[in-house]
Amino acid sequence: MAQQLQQGLFLALAGVAVVAALGVIFNRNAVHSALSLLANFVALAMLYVLLNAQFIAIVQVAVYAGAIVVLFLFVVMLLGAGGEMQMGGWLNWRTAFIVAAALVLLTLTGTAVFEGTINGAIGTATPEQIAQVGQTEAVGTALFTDYLLPFELASVLLLVGMLGAVVLGQRWRGAIAGRPSGEAE
Amino acid sequence: MPIEIPTLNFIALAPPLIVIGTALLVLLFDLAVTDKRVLGYLGLVGVVIAAGVSIAMGPRPATTFQAMAISDGYALFFNLVFLATAGLSILIAIDYLERHDLQRGEYYALLLFSASGMMLMAAATDLIVVFLGLEIMSVALYILAGFNWRQLASAEAAMKYFILGAFASAFFLYGAALTYGATGTTNLNQIGLWLSGGNSDPMALVGLGLLLAGFAFKVAAVPFQWWTPDVYQGAPTSVTAFMSVGAKGAGFAALIRVLRSGFGDSAYSADWALAAAVLAVLTMTFGNLAALPQKDVKRMLGYSSIAHAGYILVGVAAASESGVRGVLFYLLAYAFMNVGAFAVASALERRGEFSTTQRDYAGLSQREPLLAVAMTVFMLSLTGMPPLVGFWGKLFVFRAAVEAGMSWLAIVGVINSAVSAFYYLGVVVQMYMRAPAEYSPRLVGEESDAKKPAAVNLEVAIGTAVLLAMLLTVVLGLWPGPVASLVTMMPLG
Repeated sequence: MAQQLQQGLFLALAGVAVVAALGVIFNRNAVHSALSLLANFVALAMLYVLLNAQFIAIVQVAVYAGAIVVLFLFVVMLLGAGGEMQMGGWLNWRTAFIVAAALVLLTLTGTAVFEGTINGAIGTATPEQIAQVGQTEAVGTALFTDYLLPFELASVLLLVGMLGAVVLGQRWRGAIAGRPSGEAE
Repeated sequence: MPIEIPTLNFIALAPPLIVIGTALLVLLFDLAVTDKRVLGYLGLVGVVIAAGVSIAMGPRPATTFQAMAISDGYALFFNLVFLATAGLSILIAIDYLERHDLQRGEYYALLLFSASGMMLMAAATDLIVVFLGLEIMSVALYILAGFNWRQLASAEAAMKYFILGAFASAFFLYGAALTYGATGTTNLNQIGLWLSGGNSDPMALVGLGLLLAGFAFKVAAVPFQWWTPDVYQGAPTSVTAFMSVGAKGAGFAALIRVLRSGFGDSAYSADWALAAAVLAVLTMTFGNLAALPQKDVKRMLGYSSIAHAGYILVGVAAASESGVRGVLFYLLAYAFMNVGAFAVASALERRGEFSTTQRDYAGLSQREPLLAVAMTVFMLSLTGMPPLVGFWGKLFVFRAAVEAGMSWLAIVGVINSAVSAFYYLGVVVQMYMRAPAEYSPRLVGEESDAKKPAAVNLEVAIGTAVLLAMLLTVVLGLWPGPVASLVTMMPLG
């Protein structure tokens, strides 16, 4: 019974995620696209809950559904692209080829799944083991022991990103100040 | 729950850590120093120290941070390639930025961060660390490509590089995720263990393909090369010099380790060798044919760098120890000859422009005989003429292909080298057989002092870079023995 409930929930949530993902691509209004993305992220978070990964689910909602979608909406607002976008002529040979290639890939993936050739390694951390220490603790321990180097390098990456924002931002101030007189705007 | 911090072997990662530390120092001193050239020399000191430490560490393998990275001969050799590139690029930049009035301290910090990312990619034994190194390198390069805010071409280069680079990173991440899904680990040696144990999974094969596509973007292999000419042409020349060698080298460093440690002893090893061979043929041929009609020297060098990625892929396709050795030698040779060529291009570039055409080289032998000799050396070496270092690089790579039973690949490579002679020697012809005044229509309508042949701006730092690169191109060409034997002592750990 629990098994069937889980399967039913999975199919429902997966359906929502796929429909929302299609909505991101096919919506002509950028704000609607961003909202579809939000729906996709939330459906994905619920799928994580089904997989006993509550911590990841919360992170997914906080970081992706929260910060990233808000960032998208900010950009849409700043660029003033709230209205309908002209995306005419997407039905051509190019897209037809892309759709055909995607269908081939989908068929191959589906065959591999249903033929049972996907037989990858199975992890050692069972839900029971993780429940003993707690999810957040398990993630935190991994982050500060085995994954300490990636954790530290991520901070270097963030620093480079900040530095880039400073360089590219100041650039425009300098460009206006340093413009040769007499040149057209 | 208390967390026990495991023992960490910081020493094994000393070279990239020194470079990161120097970058932070540059940022700090940037606040106090008004003459930003000092920061360039400070960066240079850090680069030299890191190179010294790399040499002192020797090729004894030492893992670090829970087997996330390794310091072996392979990584140390790549450290030297990246540090040599970074050092020469800083020398070029000190004068180049001054002339174009772009001198800012952040430039040197970003360049050093980028170099540290490259070194981490060569040392990484875990897909997560490879990815982080890749991003540290790439994000810094995106910003550097757009550093010249006076030129719209520079902004275009940064934007194109950023969007296509992010696309490539997504490919890489998807490949890493699928590989993790199949093997249950991101550690390359563990992946290798799982795959060599007779296990197979279509997910791992798809993951391998996506990883290959991600790296092919970074090293500019056909059909993932479309960004290259625009980015190389639009970016400041000092940046192009750095990224043409650095980003390519780092891409190959990580690619070879992923392929050999992770997928080397698996059911898929024949697949990736064939894929690399096909990529090599496409890349060599496209790069050389597209470079033939180019009038802009920076753009021509951009296309030729695609061709060189093809030659290096020949060594990857050989899938053998000698192939790896060939790639190592080739990349060191490429560092000197290509950075040298870009150094000459940046010396000839006039203030307010971002590029040089073939015409700017006309009659250079009369105006600046030394510069003309240097450029001739670089062009001949890039072609693969015998007494120069480029010849040995090509020889080792092609020999590895023949040993691996891929003679056809070596033959395609040799034919391509012959084709490349046309456009490389075209520059030499301009320098020695055309009078400076013969080509001047471009200058008509410009201010009167611009009617004179392009003033050559050979300042001290850029001159040093040209001289060093030329000396090493010639000396390593005449005595390739020491480096060739050094390369054999630098196996993957």
